[in-house]
Amino acid sequence: MTSLYDEVQPAPAGDVPTRRITIDVNGTPRTADVEPRLLLAHMLRSGLKLTGTHTGCDTSNCGACTVLFDGRPIKSCTMLAVQADGHHVETVEGMGSASELHPIQEGFKQEHGLQCGYCTPGMMLAAKALLERNDNPTEDDVRWALSGNLCRCTGYQNIVKAVLWAAEKMRAQNPQEA
Amino acid sequence: MYPSRFAYEAPKSLADAIGLLDASGGEAKILAGGQSLVPMLKLRFAAPEQIIDINNIPGLEYHRIDPDGTLRIGALCRHEDLEFSTIIQDTFPTLAGAAALVADPIVRTRGTFVGSVCHADPQGDWAATMIALNGRIVAQGPKGRREIEMKDFVLGPFTNALAFNEIAVEAIIPPATGTARGGYLKLERRVGDFATASVAVALDMDGDKVLRAGCALAGVGGKTIDANAAISVLNGQTLTEASIAAAADAVAEAADPRTDHRGSSDYKRHIVKTFVIRILTGIARSEQKAA
Repeated sequence: MTSLYDEVQPAPAGDVPTRRITIDVNGTPRTADVEPRLLLAHMLRSGLKLTGTHTGCDTSNCGACTVLFDGRPIKSCTMLAVQADGHHVETVEGMGSASELHPIQEGFKQEHGLQCGYCTPGMMLAAKALLERNDNPTEDDVRWALSGNLCRCTGYQNIVKAVLWAAEKMRAQNPQEA
Repeated sequence: MYPSRFAYEAPKSLADAIGLLDASGGEAKILAGGQSLVPMLKLRFAAPEQIIDINNIPGLEYHRIDPDGTLRIGALCRHEDLEFSTIIQDTFPTLAGAAALVADPIVRTRGTFVGSVCHADPQGDWAATMIALNGRIVAQGPKGRREIEMKDFVLGPFTNALAFNEIAVEAIIPPATGTARGGYLKLERRVGDFATASVAVALDMDGDKVLRAGCALAGVGGKTIDANAAISVLNGQTLTEASIAAAADAVAEAADPRTDHRGSSDYKRHIVKTFVIRILTGIARSEQKAA
């Protein structure tokens, strides 16, 4: 079992109540004792050291902290870790690896879909949720799906291209579904 | 940002949730989608002693239309359930129009219709549609259920009529008499921003005649503006350029916008008028096509 407080901070002193939760993160069950007020984004980043999930605005506007929760995109800064108990969470670390990129990651590389990279993990997970429901999106569909994610480099044009690139590649990989 | 400390409960039944609420003596908050509550906890605008998470209570995710046409929306029906709904497009066009404009697509996967109405934000989209459609909220407490008319439900900004030990378990939207027509338009600087102005219009039509017109506005007053009386000039009328203009003027008059960085009071009133004309003209055109 992972104790968040060994890694992040001393265990809360005195009688601060914690709850034991188990979250399936990228296919691996992770158990921790957490304070109810711990946010999912902070558990991922500080507790589990999955720092690919970024916190940007911290007020549910920017989408940098987007992860998939039971397959649907959510803003992990706006969910308590205790709410994820018993659920599946996918972060950017679950998408691919440096040697084996997910087609969406490859698309961002090919189409120069990132500049500073801060918004990128959230963008990619929002894109993944879109492509799981719609494998042949229009540009408008992509813009709609990413409208909850802000890129302050304003590199939207290439982000949209990257997602369309990935959609095409994924269709080519799964021709029977086309 | 961290919320203040709170105790957390995730009951598995409504009865348990109400029991916890009742025992809290008013120091607990219900957590449904959390898309307004969690940011408020983090900003410490809210610091309840206890959070009662209702997400583990089964059977609240529904939205369905009864045989008599009444729409019922459960407390855990998410915004995106309505956005992708296949049953409300024709029967509740005002709701269908608003569904895709609430916050942003990611917030819509979690946030709930009923929670948004309870939050009673003067900017709230769903509260406006509920007023235009004469909706009701079903409140369940230790003594059972009661229905609260939407016009009596929002007492002021961020204040609703629920007792401390009641949960809003369902929203009820009555069916149209005749054919339902309507729409929802919102001007926002970018997706997810606070609205500069929003307009909900709902019409019950018999052929080309308006039986009942409903309207409400968001973002243009200290609370959701009930413009039902203003738009009632359309009742019994057909949609003509003249009747549409008269209704748009009356609704714009009912708005109470403030000048701020999103625009002047006059500008926002102009937006309201323009949106009413757009929605009504769109309905008039589709009626002509159908005829």
